[in-house]
Amino acid sequence: MSDSVIANYKLVKAPIYSHCFSQDRSLLAITYNSDCLIYRIVAGGKPQLVATLADHDKTVTAVDISVHGRIVTCSQDRNAIVWEPLSDGSYKPTLVLLRINRAATCVKWAANGFKFAVGSSARIIAVCYYEQENDWWVSKHIKKPIKSTINCISWHDNGVLLACGGTDGYVRVFSGFVKGLDSKSQVSGSPWGEKFPFGTLVREWYHGAWIHGLEWRNNNERLAYVAHDGTLNVVDSAQYFSSVESPEGLPFLSLVWINDNEILCGGYSCHPVLFTEGADGWKFSKNLDKVGASHPSVTSETGDEEDGENSSFGISALKKFKELDLKGKVTTDVQKSTHENAIVELAPFAVSNGNVSQVSSCGLDGKVVIYRI
Amino acid sequence: MSQSLRPYLTAVRHSLQAALNLSNFSSQVVERHNRPEVEVPNASAELLLQPMHISRNEHEQVLIEPSVNSVRVSIKVKQADEIEQILVHKFTRFLEQRAESFYVLRRVAIPGFSISFLITNMHTETMNTEKLVDFIIEFMEEVDKEISEMKLFLNARARFVAEAYLGEFVY
Repeated sequence: MSDSVIANYKLVKAPIYSHCFSQDRSLLAITYNSDCLIYRIVAGGKPQLVATLADHDKTVTAVDISVHGRIVTCSQDRNAIVWEPLSDGSYKPTLVLLRINRAATCVKWAANGFKFAVGSSARIIAVCYYEQENDWWVSKHIKKPIKSTINCISWHDNGVLLACGGTDGYVRVFSGFVKGLDSKSQVSGSPWGEKFPFGTLVREWYHGAWIHGLEWRNNNERLAYVAHDGTLNVVDSAQYFSSVESPEGLPFLSLVWINDNEILCGGYSCHPVLFTEGADGWKFSKNLDKVGASHPSVTSETGDEEDGENSSFGISALKKFKELDLKGKVTTDVQKSTHENAIVELAPFAVSNGNVSQVSSCGLDGKVVIYRI
Repeated sequence: MSQSLRPYLTAVRHSLQAALNLSNFSSQVVERHNRPEVEVPNASAELLLQPMHISRNEHEQVLIEPSVNSVRVSIKVKQADEIEQILVHKFTRFLEQRAESFYVLRRVAIPGFSISFLITNMHTETMNTEKLVDFIIEFMEEVDKEISEMKLFLNARARFVAEAYLGEFVY
């Protein structure tokens, strides 16, 4: 483990597709097959399992915790559920009327915690909010002109602009303005436009490759996204476009803005990569937690102990069979990065005056890791 | 290893590494299904990537067909003469009948190839991707050796049988 890793929680023996820490960083929610597990973080110890949210019947694809502590999960069984924390530590599920007929792929709370957006394979984004009079969560749909599965969504901090990316290779910015919930003052003076009625397409960029992750930077009104062609791209409301390639050529799945000029990406190369904006655009800066070139030595374990002995016929035959037995197994411990499989999601963990100092990540290997930048 | 085998295997290795970046992807055509997109007649072409065809010569080729959640790798094993054709057929049939215990093996090779593998996101999530690539490369290395060994053995045996049988007729 390198010095950039603060904590390394091996939680489950299944891929974690999404994770989220609560606002005060005391609770951790992860997806685990068709469940969502809630852990309490113990300082210096292993996280304690406090609740299992088990109402879904297919793979849970995403989880998010709002500023008020409400948990929303969405799953490939076409549903999303909002879990309201009760005083006795349990959670009360409320099914959301998503009205989609394919898998829900991603979910994100808006910054104020009163609405969330769900992306789906049904080529629909459902913006959901709580309706007081009926006591349930209802949704409004954004359909056009989405042509394929939505992989990722991100809310702007103003709570109106909603960016999404998917397998159709487009990055789109929609308006998620809900009447009665949002006010026009939230978007006054926005460089992205004047009027934002619900569902309008504000901007779109064609990239061509599948979009795996995207994130707003509110300070300088920029949008960064990572695509399957192994690039990190940054765009803004005007003509700005900058692209940089992954140093190892493998695509990224997620990204986090560290500050206005730095982005941390994680993906199939199993370790986070930091990019910095210089005078001549975005550039690769450094690898975090990358181990040196691994050199699997192929010496068999049986070699040393028997070399000293008089290698009579019987011994060498035994050795031969032992070597046959070891075929296909790696005998040495190859040094690896902390994540042993692809990193699926990154999230800011600690922020000090607009600068992210610690980042949490979850991976296909069932680990949640916290990195120091 | 011969001079031209090395670059061939290197090309296959890099292509596989590029292709094996899979994600869990639920079908956008059929409700509540999650299926390998490379295997189904596909209405959504954007989920399939360009197939990669790596060919050392007309007898030895590899076809890699990537998609969003699965990769199909088909290998054409060298078959120089009829005996090798029979041997390769028997050998791959033997493996294909035991496909469950090989996890990534496809039960039927796609037309024009000797043997096919189907790697889905379930495999890359439970296994080490690097080791999966190693396995396929090692398989490609070993299978030629195996076939030519079997051919030698078969020839030796045929010679022995012929001698024993025809020895009857020697006065």
